[in-house]
Amino acid sequence: MSYRIEPRRNASALANLLAPVIAVALTLLFGGALFAVLGYPPIETLTAFFIRPVSSMYGFTELLVKAVPLIIIAAGLSVGFRANVWNIGAEGQLTMGAIAATGVGLFAPEALYPMLLPLMFVAGLVGGAAWAGIAALLRTKLNTNEILVTLMLTYIAGLFLSFLVRGPWRDPNGYNFPQTALLPYEGMLEPLDPMYRVTASVVFALIALVALWVVTARSFAGYRLSVGGAAPRAARYAGFSEKGAIWVGLLTGGAAAGIAGFYEAAGPLGQLSAVISPGYGFAAIIVAFVGRLSAPGILLGGLFLALTYVGGESVQMSHGIPSPITRVFQGLLLFLLLASEFFVSYRLVRTGRAAA
Amino acid sequence: MTARLQLAGVSKAYPGVVANDDISLSVAGGEIHAILGENGAGKSTLMKIIYGVTTPDAGEIRYDGKLLEAHSPGQSRALGIEMVYQHFSLFETVSVAENVALCLEGRLDLPALRLRIRETAARYGLAVDPDRIVMDLSMGERQQLEILRCLMRDPRLLILDEPTSVLSPQAVEQLFTVLRRIAAEGCSIIYISHKLDEVRALCHAATVLRGGRVTGEVDPRQATSHELAVMMVGSDLPIPERPASTPSATPRLSLRGLSGRPLGLAGRRLQDISLDLFGGEVVGIAGISGNGQSELAACLSGEALCPAGQVLLGETPVGQMRPDARRRAGLAYVPEERLGRGAVPGQSLTANTVLTGYASGLVRHGMVRFAEARRRASAVIERFSVKADGPGALASSLSGGNLQKFILGRELALAPDVLVVAQPTWGVDVGAAAFIRQRLIDLSRDGAAVLVFSEELDELIEICDRIHVLSEGQLSEAVPREEATKDRLGALMTGGELGPVAEPAE
Repeated sequence: MSYRIEPRRNASALANLLAPVIAVALTLLFGGALFAVLGYPPIETLTAFFIRPVSSMYGFTELLVKAVPLIIIAAGLSVGFRANVWNIGAEGQLTMGAIAATGVGLFAPEALYPMLLPLMFVAGLVGGAAWAGIAALLRTKLNTNEILVTLMLTYIAGLFLSFLVRGPWRDPNGYNFPQTALLPYEGMLEPLDPMYRVTASVVFALIALVALWVVTARSFAGYRLSVGGAAPRAARYAGFSEKGAIWVGLLTGGAAAGIAGFYEAAGPLGQLSAVISPGYGFAAIIVAFVGRLSAPGILLGGLFLALTYVGGESVQMSHGIPSPITRVFQGLLLFLLLASEFFVSYRLVRTGRAAA
Repeated sequence: MTARLQLAGVSKAYPGVVANDDISLSVAGGEIHAILGENGAGKSTLMKIIYGVTTPDAGEIRYDGKLLEAHSPGQSRALGIEMVYQHFSLFETVSVAENVALCLEGRLDLPALRLRIRETAARYGLAVDPDRIVMDLSMGERQQLEILRCLMRDPRLLILDEPTSVLSPQAVEQLFTVLRRIAAEGCSIIYISHKLDEVRALCHAATVLRGGRVTGEVDPRQATSHELAVMMVGSDLPIPERPASTPSATPRLSLRGLSGRPLGLAGRRLQDISLDLFGGEVVGIAGISGNGQSELAACLSGEALCPAGQVLLGETPVGQMRPDARRRAGLAYVPEERLGRGAVPGQSLTANTVLTGYASGLVRHGMVRFAEARRRASAVIERFSVKADGPGALASSLSGGNLQKFILGRELALAPDVLVVAQPTWGVDVGAAAFIRQRLIDLSRDGAAVLVFSEELDELIEICDRIHVLSEGQLSEAVPREEATKDRLGALMTGGELGPVAEPAE
């Protein structure tokens, strides 16, 4: 008895939409099995992971706090992914955006304080876009691979942040902790409700999703990108610039990640420390693909991935399960999503017959 | 004597279409049997059923008298049934011998294999050198390699799907010699084609298909092309109307000493090409692909750039303009590759209308006007009777011929001053081809300049006012329509008056 993989004649559109749902369901199944093997009651632990954290208002707002950067970044990355521009260095672009925004917040003269948040926003945007722009420049001038360049730039950004918070930007009154001074009051986002940490960035995340929808479904720029991604030779035939697509794809993702960096710095963090993101830039890639690069999908995917962060913290406290469980769930989801997608276009056929 | 292959009552339906309806035919040992039919007549489905790619809904297949049931291509090969597809399945970057090795079972012994290749090639008169890299082979040589690959497995039934679509007339002759020799050794050949002359010259028997049914079984050596065509199409073919026309006073498109770079590793350098194309005329560029056709077309469309003054649209130098700018200047272009270049496979016909229509009102304030695009797509579908499930149908869901009609209709709807078309009727059925040719003539008679690249000499002679031959990157003098014969053009194609021959090692 042997098996063979063959392409499906008609890949169903429904199956394509169902693939992420199936992947999420399988993730829960495998996650439960994992808990059982580790000696935790699976149903109870899954409840503690996925349901209890969001059953309180506080838990729900914390979910939003984590979903916001994921959604903003995923929306930006989707523009590039649709054009087959693979920016996987959003983590680094987020870091540079946060650095640029914090730099403006810490060092701007007081005369600019009334304008401080908008200035920091722009600085974050430019910082993230510029970092991604390096990859665009190298790709268009030297034909380097943007996957490698954006990834490696992430490590450079991380080390640069480490250098700043341990060196020139270290808070002189911070007891030698590797962190900057707190941002001035004018450079911090007020929570929407003083009880919780969630800020107006939630609104921006929704704006980002609407923008993504307009760009991908209606705009000519989005049309050009999708043609370039789906059929590069057709794009050349139509006269759509390939370099333009690379620049737009990378700069959009970089700008979105930089804005997310600004919201992190000015929102929940209020200052820079050696680690400012629990891997939002990487998790956002999963969000983009779970969400099929579409606005509604990214909203759902962002909330689910945020839940893996909140749930991971929750079971760490309640059950003593180590925090890397969050990464395990994210990895499981990505793996199972790729597997589900594979079976949207291929099927397994049994070839048990003896050869004639 | 039992027939090598016997089909009885074979039927196959796909959702919405009956591809094969009660087909019966019989192929004797050593017989060259033509399956003649237009695109969509059901030829490919029938071949897939014989080869075991598809299972029929009804009917039986007997091979040497034995019933074949739910057989796979692997089992077919084990029985000695081999198939050469229209689109070659060769690995371009490795040698001929390695390509052969990839489809043989057992241990790889390259030196021994080289020897066997030379022997087999010599036996059948094939010009195949085991050490050459496939990339460097001409289309004719690749075809021979595909056939040799099958011969290495001692086939008893060889299926060839439109084998001459990319061959020069001389290479076709050579192929026929080889096929006759193979048949003489007892191997049966099924020859799928829509080219009547070829079937008449080569085949011992012909089964004609139309709309999935057998409409005739004839001895093609006895029948006339006209009789075969009527069986294939079901009615008399329209002869294109060519009203007289007066060329415009000044050229619409001019080439001045164009010398484009080769595209890709097997590309051709263009050698100092000059040409004037006037409004009101159809000009043909004959020649086999790989002689600079892609390079010249790319220089015209703007996919490849060249010094500004080497290409002029009217009086404007456009050599440095990208395709979008040239399109705005009144040039339209239909490439020979439809899926992936002329159209985006995974997008709807509506979206594919935007691909070239964006310069003419489909984009406003940076937003695509999809409703308007949809209207235009519907209009093209209707006017060119494109068989498609409405403007929302994916380009990849259309057959090659229907997609070509759509793309051509889309470009004609832009009312271009200059239209460049590559292989306008490649893979298009006879009826649709006649329709397309007429549209090209009509466009020129409305005042546009039309430049047609084609490998089919009959087609060029039918529609063009004058014909040039592009061979080895050089453009011949114009041959006026009245003086254009297949022999004269064929001689120019193989370098009769242009120096070295076009097909090396032949």
